[in-house]
Amino acid sequence: MPVTNDLILRDECCIHYNIEVSFLDRLHEYGLIEMVSLEEKQFIHTGQLSELEKFIRLHRDLELNVEGIGVVSNLLDRMKRMQQEMAELRNRLYLYRDVDEL
Amino acid sequence: MEFIDYYKALGLEKSASQEDIKKAYRKLARQYHPDLNPNDKEAHQKFQRINEAHEVLSDPEKRKKYDQYGENWKHAEEFEKAQQSRQSRSAHSQGRSSYGEGFSSEDFSSGDFSDFFNSMFGGGGGFGESGGRSRQAKFRGQDYNAEMQLTLKEASVTHQRTFTINDKNVRITVPAGIADGQTIKLKGHGAPGVNGGPAGDLYITFHITEDPVFKRLGDDLYTTVELDLYTAVLGGEKVVDTFDGKVKLKVNAGTQNGAKTRLKGKGFPVYKKDGAAGDLIITWNVKLPVNLTEKQKELFKELAQLSN
Repeated sequence: MPVTNDLILRDECCIHYNIEVSFLDRLHEYGLIEMVSLEEKQFIHTGQLSELEKFIRLHRDLELNVEGIGVVSNLLDRMKRMQQEMAELRNRLYLYRDVDEL
Repeated sequence: MEFIDYYKALGLEKSASQEDIKKAYRKLARQYHPDLNPNDKEAHQKFQRINEAHEVLSDPEKRKKYDQYGENWKHAEEFEKAQQSRQSRSAHSQGRSSYGEGFSSEDFSSGDFSDFFNSMFGGGGGFGESGGRSRQAKFRGQDYNAEMQLTLKEASVTHQRTFTINDKNVRITVPAGIADGQTIKLKGHGAPGVNGGPAGDLYITFHITEDPVFKRLGDDLYTTVELDLYTAVLGGEKVVDTFDGKVKLKVNAGTQNGAKTRLKGKGFPVYKKDGAAGDLIITWNVKLPVNLTEKQKELFKELAQLSN
């Protein structure tokens, strides 16, 4: 895959993952994948590849369309934030439990 | 190796149609897909089982073999060999050669499938086109997220930790000065890649429990130290606990309640900067004497009169 400063050419990315260019464009339209325009060419940052791979898996394994992927992605982000908040609250609870035991 | 009931895995009867199989797979895949259940090992295993069941039952050839041998799959190869040998002998006697329909390992895929699947359908090959899905592309394994709790004291020293993630022991060095909520990445410690793709990464988020004595703000530490009235008024010395141990401090005469003293370099270690540390800020909490004796009360009265 041609890589320029951590950027991968959109078309090469599609060949590598065996996906339609339109699928990638729709992910971009929905704000799920960022693309960078350089000299009239579209590139994807390598930092986004793991997200892109997740979207491809959801598309292929669950036959989700881009709208569905967007909803799932949004809910997963919310779930992650809630889990982090829960861990923080659990930490605070431990602190009070220790105080009570003293 | 245990026999796997693929029909049961998809919640189907043996008479299930291709449409039933597809429907059951879609329903269960939506429920147990690893991307929808991050860090859930059980869901991951269930998805593998469902995927495997779908791979076999949605392919008429594979389903036929599975249905034919069922629980006796262990003897499938021997049975086929014996059958081929019989056919060969029979053909030879008729002056022509014949070959049985064997399954080649290249026909099917192994991927993350069970030993049962590999033993029955062969392993080692990549995924072929199946149900319109191409599995030829290499995929990076899924990233794992983990959380680790540290006390403030533990976070102040560089130390090693060993923990188990997906039955693998991982040993990491936790650098002194790590912050609450900070995440570090361990490259290649996530789920294995698919079709020879690289493994995912492991992200560890640290949660630092609050300390009853020291409060951390950035690299500075804050603590409150009690000071008796006489030392506060007359001045003197006070031994104070720091993260490095005890230090003896000079207390100025006339130290007010709530006054602060800054000890440079006695705070929290700076992350990845050897030898550097923030400051320790001490807030003096002047304690008034209680339960005074008659003599003490007299002296305080005398002092009050002198002050007036």
